[in-house]
Amino acid sequence: MEEKNMNNNQIKNFLKGFIKENPVFVLLLGMCPTLGVTSSAINGLGMGLATTFVLFMSNVFISAIKGFIPDKVRIPSFIVVIASFVTIVDLLMQAYTPALYLQLGIFIPLIVVNCIVLGRAEAFAAKNNVWSSAIDGFGMGLGFTFALVVLGSIREMLGSGAIFGYKFINPDADGILVFVLAPGAFITLGYLIAIINKIRKTV
Amino acid sequence: MASKKPESNFVNMVFRLLLIVSISGLALGYVYTQTYEVIEAANAEKIKSAIREVVKGFDKTETIRIMPTDGTDSITLYRATSNGKWVGTAVETYTDKGFSGRFSIMVGFDTLGTITNTMVLSHKETPGLGDKMDISKSKWSLQFIGKNPETTKLKVKKDGGDVDAITAATISSRAFCDATQRAYDSFKQNGGKKHE
Repeated sequence: MEEKNMNNNQIKNFLKGFIKENPVFVLLLGMCPTLGVTSSAINGLGMGLATTFVLFMSNVFISAIKGFIPDKVRIPSFIVVIASFVTIVDLLMQAYTPALYLQLGIFIPLIVVNCIVLGRAEAFAAKNNVWSSAIDGFGMGLGFTFALVVLGSIREMLGSGAIFGYKFINPDADGILVFVLAPGAFITLGYLIAIINKIRKTV
Repeated sequence: MASKKPESNFVNMVFRLLLIVSISGLALGYVYTQTYEVIEAANAEKIKSAIREVVKGFDKTETIRIMPTDGTDSITLYRATSNGKWVGTAVETYTDKGFSGRFSIMVGFDTLGTITNTMVLSHKETPGLGDKMDISKSKWSLQFIGKNPETTKLKVKKDGGDVDAITAATISSRAFCDATQRAYDSFKQNGGKKHE
């Protein structure tokens, strides 16, 4: 019985990142990459997965070393751990996915200052065990990815008439350009937040 | 919590933070050395395929770096030869006049200075507008093929030149012309002559 409860808790812990505590739609954290890179679905996916990796690894590490860090220097320590993983992702993407790296460019190094990563480190990993922190990081990361892919897909469909780079309208025709540009990001995000709020209230 | 946190005194803070930083530094150094060659190879391959795209029928390239008369950075010329005979030059050029700052393109010239092809290497222009200069987005850049900057004025029509600008992206089109002109100037400056 106890074990079943534990498992249920972990499943809840994992799923909360998708709707209930979705970092983008509910916590409204990490708006800079959210609005900046989601001009296409594939960009959103790449950015989301890179952030998921960083969230997962930094949550695990910070949770593992939390007993070692004196309280007053915990934020610098967290930042060092996070920045290291971001740089690792940056180098790996440069080496193995150069095309995607070119697209995401400056937003990869900026994962360091993404509020979600430090937020989860401070609010969750610093207080919970490694296993829960890993699940939390993974769930939150996938929730972030989910939000970015949804946002990117809608903007790409409306803005360029394509999905994951595959164009479904006349190749010479243009989409509704505003959705690829910054204002379209705000408009789409606004509507999505409204819809998610509605869903959260009814569920 | 079961485990007690170490006290926040000077020695604890300095040494524990130092230890974390050192371990991170070592880890980064390791990843850097592991990926360095792959990144270099990927970059070199990108340049190579761009050269193959803009100049055809060569078996060897020779790299020449020169400083353009108007510009802040050096330009790289790839002199392409086939069995020792000069067939054309690919010029890796740039402009600082892009809508979102610098972008770089590769321009190929034949021996007479006629543009054989162009290719965008990296850019940050607006998706849906300025990025139409990229051949994967629109056919706009095809108009440069077969033009000789000696007889064709590399300026948008609005500025009295011969180039059709991208609709709603005049700045990007101007910048593209600027980069192409710089490539041609460098090509002329080098004159197809053999430098060391």
